Amino acid sequence: MNASPATAPLAGPQSHSASLSYSGGGPASRRIVVGYGFWIFLLSDIIMFSALFATYAVLSGQTAGGPAGHDLFELRHVGAETLCLLFSSYSCGLGALALERRRMSAFYINFALTFVLGAAFLGLELGEFAGLTARGAGPSRSAFLSAFFSLVGLHGAHVTAGLLWLCFMVAQVAARGPRDFVRRRLLCFSLFWHALDIIWVALLTLVYLMGAR
Amino acid sequence: MMGKLNWDAIPFAQPIPMAASLIVTLFVFGVLGLATWKGWWPYLWREWLTSVDHKRIGVMYILLGLLMLLRGFIDAIMMRTQQAVAAGGAQGYLPPEHYDQIFSAHGTIMIFFVAMPFVVGLMNFVVPLQLGVRDVAFPVLNAISLWLTASGALLINMSLVIGNFARTGWLGFPPLSELQFSPDVGVDYYLWSLQISGIGTLLAGINMVTTILKLRAPGMEYMRMPVFCWTALCSNMLIVAAFPVLTATFGMLLLDRYAGMHFFTNDGGGNAMLYFNLIWVWGHPEVYILILPAFGVFSEVIATFSGKPLFGYRSMVLATLAICVLSFTVWLHHFFTMGAGADVNAVFGILSMIIAVPTGVKVFNWLFTLYRGRVRYEVPVLWAIGFMVTFVIGGLTGVLLAVPPADFVLHNSVFLVAHFHNVIIGGVIFGAFAGYNYWFPKAFGFALDRRLGAVSFWCWLIGFYLAFMPLYYLGLLGMTRRIQHYSELSWQPYLIVAEAGALIILCGIAATIAQLVVSIRTRERRRDVSGDPWDGRTLEWSTTSPPPAYNYAVLPQVESLDAFWAMKQRGPRLPAEHYETIEVPRNSANGFVTALIAVITGFALIWRIEWLAIIGLVCAALTLITFGWIERHEDHVSGEQLASAERARLRPPGSA
Repeated sequence: MNASPATAPLAGPQSHSASLSYSGGGPASRRIVVGYGFWIFLLSDIIMFSALFATYAVLSGQTAGGPAGHDLFELRHVGAETLCLLFSSYSCGLGALALERRRMSAFYINFALTFVLGAAFLGLELGEFAGLTARGAGPSRSAFLSAFFSLVGLHGAHVTAGLLWLCFMVAQVAARGPRDFVRRRLLCFSLFWHALDIIWVALLTLVYLMGAR
Repeated sequence: MMGKLNWDAIPFAQPIPMAASLIVTLFVFGVLGLATWKGWWPYLWREWLTSVDHKRIGVMYILLGLLMLLRGFIDAIMMRTQQAVAAGGAQGYLPPEHYDQIFSAHGTIMIFFVAMPFVVGLMNFVVPLQLGVRDVAFPVLNAISLWLTASGALLINMSLVIGNFARTGWLGFPPLSELQFSPDVGVDYYLWSLQISGIGTLLAGINMVTTILKLRAPGMEYMRMPVFCWTALCSNMLIVAAFPVLTATFGMLLLDRYAGMHFFTNDGGGNAMLYFNLIWVWGHPEVYILILPAFGVFSEVIATFSGKPLFGYRSMVLATLAICVLSFTVWLHHFFTMGAGADVNAVFGILSMIIAVPTGVKVFNWLFTLYRGRVRYEVPVLWAIGFMVTFVIGGLTGVLLAVPPADFVLHNSVFLVAHFHNVIIGGVIFGAFAGYNYWFPKAFGFALDRRLGAVSFWCWLIGFYLAFMPLYYLGLLGMTRRIQHYSELSWQPYLIVAEAGALIILCGIAATIAQLVVSIRTRERRRDVSGDPWDGRTLEWSTTSPPPAYNYAVLPQVESLDAFWAMKQRGPRLPAEHYETIEVPRNSANGFVTALIAVITGFALIWRIEWLAIIGLVCAALTLITFGWIERHEDHVSGEQLASAERARLRPPGSA
């Protein structure tokens, strides 16, 4: 759509500069529109997380006689999770750059690495959840644990969706090549994957580092 | 196998719910049958159900809003009738558990499925036209948003026939809405239908913000945008910032109900007041999501029909932005009685009063626009002037409620009920009808009947005052909201007056329907051939009525505020010498399929039919993958086609 932002003849000067930065230059390009729209979606997602962060802040002391954060959190375990996720973002960034330069094997290697690191993160998280539930500290034990499992679990659900999306993107790149619409989607995927890091950093700080004391 | 679903879910033994079920079922199957009998399906599928045209989608949103207005109004008149008769020894005709469902459904439907679709539909239809572009940023996503909203509306109406609805009020406050106290499916109907439609609204908001910020005609700088676009921008930014909180809050209540968690329960450390805070962090911006576009409609209507530029454009924009920001700082005034303490209540009380200031700025701007204008009293202007009087009264009672000590007396009384109906009917509904009458000729190419439009307005205005002024008084006397029966006989005369008001509003709704029917039948006499029936000021009036699928053959070059007015001043408009081929988005079944899956999955989740829910979720994933895999192609309109259409429209003077 909007392929021809030609100006109407009825109104004044025919020439207008089509510079991208100036908002008066007519509709922005498809790539900018898609990236911008996806950014706004991510902002809304972060707001959803912020509601859960607020909930966690209110309920983190409500243990109902059950275990509290410092009884449960193992920072070594969480540190391993963090490393997996942060390095997966690095490889995701390298992969996206490789695709822009049409270096396909570098793209596949980096995205495979991203998948492995993301899956490792998810495995570690599920292991933590299973361990907690086995110790009788499941999500229905107390308000604190409900908030903990929901906040961390929502992030985990996002990582799961991200891994599925990653597989989809690799398949699409393989089938369609680095066409425009594929590259626009990969841009969105990269934004998504990095946003999960941002949320994780907040989560690590507010839930684990402050809770383990 | 079927979860909680069995034959007891259908209310065979209760006459009133059964009658309602039959009416709904007959209506739905009647419409489907008529379409099949007349052979309309191919047309409907091609032109409407799979359309990704923002204008069609806007029209369908508004149609949904009008239909749901009927449903919500039937609830209203049932409640008014119950309260008019159930005094002293008389118990009325509605048992308490049914009355509770009706007031919950009334509020939920009126906000989520009447007011929201109406304003979202108006924004969808108007904003791309006013910005001088060919569609929204994401046309297919736009269709998905519409159909998710429709899915929620369908689910909420299914509760009439199968099972029951929440008895918790329109915000589903815990602990009443927890599984312990509401073990049946009513609250689940409420939660899932609003989750599904809420996702639709969020996606619509993202789409519209991107459209306004990134897709505008050349030269359409921020300070040249029509005020309606500004209010739409602020409203949609509020959607993006507030609806995720609603999703999270309902998500937590769902986890409480389905997974035995303890967010808002009485036991396990849960905190019900947390829900109140979270839901009103969404809920207060929500009322501005609704009212800001209505303010935009009034700004357009008053400027157009006064034949003057809007007074104080810059202050209008600033006031809109101020309301947008302040709306996030006042949520606590919905529950001053929580016991947060005098200091907290004072802060929120003062902020609530401050938000009246930018609103007052707007009222003065409208007044000064009318002042010494050549005002044409068309139907949209009637609604606008009715709004200005009514909304100011509602605003004043709101400022009164913002005073914490007064609020302690009036909290949860019918004074509050009168207040919010005063601003929502007098603001949002009046604005919706002003916009409906104003842009109808643009959408369909013929104008609505003026006389019946005026009848509708006067019935609504008089009916509103009769229905709600007595409630202010009764609220001061201490009548609480949501009561099915009262023993204080001296209240009854006032409630009978309120009932009479509701009946007059009913006449207004009948007049609206008659207006539509009569106008369609006499449409040949009402054709708008100019595309500019009201002598408009903004770009939507520069194209044909109805506009072509692509809106503009060439994107207009904007030189100033009130771009179309300036063009008209520069003399007759001529067709261009050369037209380039343009692309228009192709239809997509994505939205409709998504909605179908959402309804099935929602139904399965409500009734806890695990296998069906799993199938639904798998189908949802497959839909996402399938539609994501297909590369979307676009249709083309050639330069020659554009040239012949434009030459037919813009004949140079003297060429007959």
